[in-house]
Amino acid sequence: MADDSTRIEEILGQFPQIKRNALIPLLQAVQDEFGYITEEAISRIGAHLALPTSKVYGLATFYNQFSFSPRGYYHVVLCNGSSCHMRGAAELLNELSKLLEIRDGETTRDGLFSLEVQSCMGACGQSPVMSVNGEYHSGVSVKELREIISLYRDEAGR
Amino acid sequence: MLKLAQHGSSELNSEEIRQAELYKKNLISRPLVMINTSTSGIVAGSMRTWKAVERYAADRSLKIDLAETGSIGLSSEDPVLSVQLPGRTRIFFSRITEEKVSSILDDLFHQVVPDQHVIGQSAQEGQEAWKNVPFLDQIPFFALQERRVLKSCGIIDPFSIEEYIAGGGYAAFLHTIRSYTFSEVCQLVSESGLRGRSGGGFPAGEKWKAAYETPSDQKFLVCNAEESDPGAFMDRTLMEGNPFQLLEGIAIAAYAIGSNRAYIYIRSEYNESIRRIRSAILKLREIGLLGDNILDSGYNLQISLRKGPGAFVCGEETALIASLEGRRGMPSSKPPYPSTSGYQGRPTVVNNVETLSNLPGIIQNGPNWFRETGTADSPGTKIFSISGRVPLTGLVEVPMGTSFDTIVNKIIGGVRKGRKLKALHVGGPSGCMVPLEHMDIPVSYENLKEKGLLMGSGGLLVLDDRTCTVNTVRYFMEYLHKQSCGKCIPCREGTRRMAEILGDITRKPAEEEEQSGLERFRGVMQMETLAEVMRDTSLCGLGQNAPNPVISTLKYFRNEYEEHIFDRHCPSNSCTGLRSWFIDVDLCTGCSICAKRCPSEAIIGTARHPYFIVQEKCIACGICYEVCKFSAVYFK
Repeated sequence: MADDSTRIEEILGQFPQIKRNALIPLLQAVQDEFGYITEEAISRIGAHLALPTSKVYGLATFYNQFSFSPRGYYHVVLCNGSSCHMRGAAELLNELSKLLEIRDGETTRDGLFSLEVQSCMGACGQSPVMSVNGEYHSGVSVKELREIISLYRDEAGR
Repeated sequence: MLKLAQHGSSELNSEEIRQAELYKKNLISRPLVMINTSTSGIVAGSMRTWKAVERYAADRSLKIDLAETGSIGLSSEDPVLSVQLPGRTRIFFSRITEEKVSSILDDLFHQVVPDQHVIGQSAQEGQEAWKNVPFLDQIPFFALQERRVLKSCGIIDPFSIEEYIAGGGYAAFLHTIRSYTFSEVCQLVSESGLRGRSGGGFPAGEKWKAAYETPSDQKFLVCNAEESDPGAFMDRTLMEGNPFQLLEGIAIAAYAIGSNRAYIYIRSEYNESIRRIRSAILKLREIGLLGDNILDSGYNLQISLRKGPGAFVCGEETALIASLEGRRGMPSSKPPYPSTSGYQGRPTVVNNVETLSNLPGIIQNGPNWFRETGTADSPGTKIFSISGRVPLTGLVEVPMGTSFDTIVNKIIGGVRKGRKLKALHVGGPSGCMVPLEHMDIPVSYENLKEKGLLMGSGGLLVLDDRTCTVNTVRYFMEYLHKQSCGKCIPCREGTRRMAEILGDITRKPAEEEEQSGLERFRGVMQMETLAEVMRDTSLCGLGQNAPNPVISTLKYFRNEYEEHIFDRHCPSNSCTGLRSWFIDVDLCTGCSICAKRCPSEAIIGTARHPYFIVQEKCIACGICYEVCKFSAVYFK
């Protein structure tokens, strides 16, 4: 795989015009490519769009979509929509934080799991909902959650 | 194919009519299986069902057609699968997970209707109906609805432009650009009385007129698909079930204000919506319904998709425009309204998905047809998404003026057996709690306003007797606090304080102090003043409406607050921080693990004898419950 700088250059090449309104699409492209916003990407984007690095970073931290640490091998997304909350998403979040020893937006030290809490995944009929690397689990109870996590741990052989 | 859209069926020759019937799936040569692959379907496992159907056909060397579709509105019944055999009507099944595929298809391919999982059959002319299967419009969920905007959702293939056009799609847009001037379209929509469906209920025609009448070299139309209310999924379902209807609506609205540039701003989490809208835009460009000089009319239109990077406040139009421009999504004060100075300082109209999806119907059938349903002030239909403590979760489209009672009790079928309905939360995080006594008011913008309530975008959260209103309000307030953009102080600090006060009354104080109950009650007293300040002084709708859940619950559910504060008891036992914990003397073996782990040293006893929790010291953390290996700890 090409090194990080070339990958960033490639993304910048897709947005040749120096326009402020390309900033968010650029950050989104970086997030899609790397899974998070790298420090290098922020300064390169700033230079490309003639914006101070602080502005780019300030904007990126404003929005929920962007994260600044690499995602884990398994990316766990928990829905905390109103329907999921009513059916026990708060307990699931508690349990997850305890099991993985991380909070929302963090990655475990061994890089195996990362956790993200979303405001609504739009499947209120199946609540509470969580997804691990895009694979959905619906109607999850605390007991099932423990089983799911240990299954993934086994799968990774840890 | 374009000929279909341009001419009525009377001018088509027999071959073209046959082609149209093929597209509409009225004429099929082999069995057709359609699976709901919208978000709620995928979460319930419809992709696995899809693979199972493919395997089923391959194993038996059957030739079948497999197609994707959107949701018919019954989200809790997903994965919904429908099957149409040549010459027969289509029949819908609920909850078809992968292991159920073979038994259902076995039965059906032998012309036998399975005993279970049947929802109903669609009424299709010229097709033989199944015996003893109800038609969709006969079952209570559909019978009381008036599905105008949702009509084709879950029925048609969202990736097939042919099917949309064969079903009468794009006739409205072509009629618009050929027969009406810009201002005539504005006038038509004004006459129809269509109001913005995103919450405010501002008349769409007036907004357009303002933008049309402002002279500018460039005007913009923005479709607001940043639906970030938790529990609201009508825009998502519309985009996933019928993307062409929305794009036709965008095209009509853009034409009406004289704009050649439209943006559709979709929340980045909506992967399925993005996939469908993207494919739909490409197909429209291919056949020339988007681009330069559309069908020689001289009208140009480009629609681009932008992914919203996720911020609740970007649902507000000025914040959305800021985000489009590559700035932080912070609202700015109005006026100037976006319709005179919006995106890049040019006149910009921001409408939401549901509003725009209403347009093809209005143009095709005329403003009077639109006024036939609904109330005089709020004509038309409204889509509600219903979730929470109900066995049936889904989308309901009813005429304006229908009561909450009809929606929740008659269409959805009420709460689970043995439970009691307690309240409805209408309009997402900054919505209002509607008590039972207001369940029978006809829902329209005016009627709700009169009662101090708010329609919002149409999310209905149902609370039953095991849900705590205070806890629900706390959840919403924490959400709003996280989503506040931080620009104006009343909202930034107000939501924080409110979340703190609500947090304090939904858990036991760690250290007991005299008069602490009174202190907490003072918090509630202050909350009322705080709510007023926030409502009067916040910059945008998010802050102004943020105190709504607090104001409405203080008004209608004050006794619950009082019980939380004075008795430190949650009537529905859902505030975990207020539970009282006990040890069952018969089950406790005296292993002492709970006493060792208790952070407040509230558990006393001697080894090998039952332990005891001192209520005055207990902070209700629940650790004893978790560590007990004998399930001896319980709560009341």
